[in-house]
Amino acid sequence: MTLPAEYTIYPKRAEGYDHDLYEWSNIHERKPVRWPHDTSVAVWLCVSLEWFPITPEDKPFRAPGHMVMPYPDFRHYTVRDYGNRVGVWRMLDAFQAAGVKASFATNAAIAERYPELIEAVLADGHEIIAHSTDMNATITSELPEGAERKLIADSLSRLEAAAGVKPSGWLSIARSQSWRTLDLLKEHGLEYCCDWVNDELPFSFTNGLTNLPLNTELSDRMIVATQQHSAEGWAQMMRDSFDWLEGEAAAQNSARVLPLHLTPYIMGLPYRIGALEEVLSDLSGRDASWFATGGDIVKSWKGQQ
Amino acid sequence: MQENAKDPELYEYHPYRGRPKVAWPEGKTCAVWVAPNLEYYEIDPPTNPQRKPWAKPHPDVVGYSYRDHSNRVSHWRMAEVMSKHGFPGSVSLSVALCDHHPEVVKDGADRGWEFFSHGIYNTRYSYGLDEAQERHIIEDSIATVERATGQRIRGWLAPALSHTPRTLDLLAEYDFTYTCDLYHDDQVQEVNVAKGQLASIPYSLEVNDHYGFNVYGMSGREYADALIKQYERLADEGERTGSGTVMCIPLHAYLIGQPHRIGPFEEALRHIAADGRAWKARAGEIIDIWRAQR
Repeated sequence: MTLPAEYTIYPKRAEGYDHDLYEWSNIHERKPVRWPHDTSVAVWLCVSLEWFPITPEDKPFRAPGHMVMPYPDFRHYTVRDYGNRVGVWRMLDAFQAAGVKASFATNAAIAERYPELIEAVLADGHEIIAHSTDMNATITSELPEGAERKLIADSLSRLEAAAGVKPSGWLSIARSQSWRTLDLLKEHGLEYCCDWVNDELPFSFTNGLTNLPLNTELSDRMIVATQQHSAEGWAQMMRDSFDWLEGEAAAQNSARVLPLHLTPYIMGLPYRIGALEEVLSDLSGRDASWFATGGDIVKSWKGQQ
Repeated sequence: MQENAKDPELYEYHPYRGRPKVAWPEGKTCAVWVAPNLEYYEIDPPTNPQRKPWAKPHPDVVGYSYRDHSNRVSHWRMAEVMSKHGFPGSVSLSVALCDHHPEVVKDGADRGWEFFSHGIYNTRYSYGLDEAQERHIIEDSIATVERATGQRIRGWLAPALSHTPRTLDLLAEYDFTYTCDLYHDDQVQEVNVAKGQLASIPYSLEVNDHYGFNVYGMSGREYADALIKQYERLADEGERTGSGTVMCIPLHAYLIGQPHRIGPFEEALRHIAADGRAWKARAGEIIDIWRAQR
């Protein structure tokens, strides 16, 4: 089987990226950033609030964490919903005890189905960001433009109607976008998304939208569910990350973001929540740390550009 | 190699026990070389019929941006740690990185690193290339790296480890001295090629950070421990047999340069550097010393 001649021709081979979605720059040569109160490591807690319909649609793909067994998969439906009924309440208590604010990436269906939860999130001063309609509503370039526009519009309008707040941030399911997503998010009045994992500070897309990187490698899903480390192993990695970033920020006289992506049905279990509480208590006591919502981090960063 | 033969006859069988000895400079017992992969993955590459470049329809945002972390953030983090502990890099280079982000390539060159080719892009595979196309890629690699760094490349690690039956013979024909594509040994070995000579330098899949983190799911601390154990054993064996071993530490900045991994990795390098038995070498130097003792 031979390949067409085009296979060794590279039309985008030139300085800069092979796309014009954002520009290249290296982090250590940018204008230095400082966070409020002269802190250097913004610790961003981002909790995913997900409702998995028991009828997965796979259009265009099945979300991570979705149903596994043949219908009706009571096992996975309920083990995920445990997070919304129990796990997330433990997290809310943990955040309150540590005196820290978080972002909650929320399916519109969660806001509609569980108003008590949204009320508690907002009462504690946390941020709500948009996270699609429910866990069937995934995006790739295979999704027709009209369907994607409707998905984003519905996510925002249903979330706003149920929660009473207009989110400025967006997280795609599995951080998966199409070629059109950035422009559609901008068109719908969003200020930032969290899908691109290529940096440790916010940066601007060409269309003016901001990216606040939510590192997949540091998520509880990756570390605990995929790589199968203990909660204590996860906690050690968060501390190792913080220590490194604090040192690097000091050496470069700039700042960094440490994103902790949390999933209620993973880290909210009775035998794991203690590790999260310890990390929150440890890091919130550090001089260099600034616990902030995504919106606050983006605002502070933009104010310095 | 003979296409479609059951045995590719890549090399002769040389048992680990009782081999001719090789001596590293200054009585060192293990040559340690660090191989950062400086790569460029295209956001919208053509599909090779034998291998899809991305799991998701393009753009695969996480796949692409995960690798892009290297070229914005973690290359420098990784490189600084290597320089601090005296380890030069021998770079497995997607040569198109010279065009896209020359700043990254220049940083390696300024640190005195050696470059070898890892293909044009890590999203263009060799499966199904005809001979003229494969020659084109080899010639492109030589010319591109020479233009960017002044170095004539001597080594090869196939793009995304994708080969043709001709690859090794062509490398020898173009005067390459080493390949990183074969994983059959902990010492440098001769490769069977149609004409000329080619050596196989031990690269490693098993202690590659990609295997450590994305196949075995190690923590940064566990990976650092694995590197130390790998090194200790190879240095011990080199000492006991009086014949030098080779340890490669193959890296990807977007993996090893993550904030939760780089600190433990630095401790592993500190340990190896302090041990005294490691020859901190570039790939080409290891091949030269070995070849001179043949």
